[in-house]
Amino acid sequence: LWWARSPPAWLPRPPPAAARNCPVGPCGRRAYAPPAERKRFYQNVSISQGEGGFEINLDHRKLKTPQAKLFTVPSEALAIAVATEWDSQRDTIKFYTMHLTTLCNTALDNPTQRNKMQLIRAAVKFLDTDTVCYRVEEPPALAELQKNEWDPVVTWAEKRYNVTIGSSTSILGPNIPASTKETFVSHLASYNMWALQGIEFVITQLKSLILSMSLIDRHITVEKAVLLSRLEEEYQIRRWGNVEWAHDYDLCELRARTAAGTLFVHLCSESSTVKHKLLQD
Amino acid sequence: MAALGAPLRTLRELLRELRRAAGRSYRDSPAYRHVLAAFRAHRVTSEKLCRAQQELHFQAATYLCLLRSVREHEALHREYHGRGERSPQEVAGLVGFRLPQQPGGKG
Repeated sequence: LWWARSPPAWLPRPPPAAARNCPVGPCGRRAYAPPAERKRFYQNVSISQGEGGFEINLDHRKLKTPQAKLFTVPSEALAIAVATEWDSQRDTIKFYTMHLTTLCNTALDNPTQRNKMQLIRAAVKFLDTDTVCYRVEEPPALAELQKNEWDPVVTWAEKRYNVTIGSSTSILGPNIPASTKETFVSHLASYNMWALQGIEFVITQLKSLILSMSLIDRHITVEKAVLLSRLEEEYQIRRWGNVEWAHDYDLCELRARTAAGTLFVHLCSESSTVKHKLLQD
Repeated sequence: MAALGAPLRTLRELLRELRRAAGRSYRDSPAYRHVLAAFRAHRVTSEKLCRAQQELHFQAATYLCLLRSVREHEALHREYHGRGERSPQEVAGLVGFRLPQQPGGKG
């Protein structure tokens, strides 16, 4: 009987029932009230370098992951971006806007406890139901739009990775040859564990391996990738109208998550070197 | 390569987003300084198609997209989804009723 137990100690205690005129549940608080948000409890956010990498300091406290591990990231630019996320929180901390922090926590804790091969297999499995390979036959305007927008991306992927993908209008989806999947598996194996978490995240958001790879290879921008992923929705919006609180809300959230995932992958897999050219006399 | 436009425009919009996110002391924030330093470091090259420059521009455009979408998403959430549950008084007021006052609390 979960509602009979008192709420966890870290939630702020609600005022006693006599002070409010609300129906009071057995555990002493309103039914269905969302948990109180954490207030911003720190003044300054700064970065420091430890042995494992870069750490985030909230005032003098070191940031930890949900599983209480020390929060260390390998890249300074990523640490700066995470610090900016924490610094941009005003009165309350809104965890649902802190996508980079969430990605770092996932990479550090690995809550689903998958190893590298399992992550790669999960990512390549999306190819069987890839969005850009699933075509409709009617309405003809949408079929035409899909052909014009998605065919170039599929062609680019086929040329870049030297594979056969194709597209299909049947309900079973495209028939992807095993050699294609093996090519992608070996390509993804060249990324490190952190970057792979990011790649798998982007694929899950865009529902397409091909769009994610063209985004990671910098062939298209984030806005374009999100547009291509939501092509049918955009078509219906243009036909029937836009509903701001649903369509724009989902669009902004998808853009934010995809941008965070892409940035995460690039920052975790780059190695920047500055080469100074000698002046030629 | 992605169609990105002018790097200067991306930089200017990115700095604007950082200023909106940071508040008062945006110029001292590590993100602001890091972005400016990175753009300055990659500015002068004698090669027309500098790969590092394009990589940096793509990263900057991605970060700009992230900051902008998070800000817009939060604004939409505040406007449409942030209100929470109505109190029983408000619910009664929706149909024109008032809650009864019972001395000594509810039985």
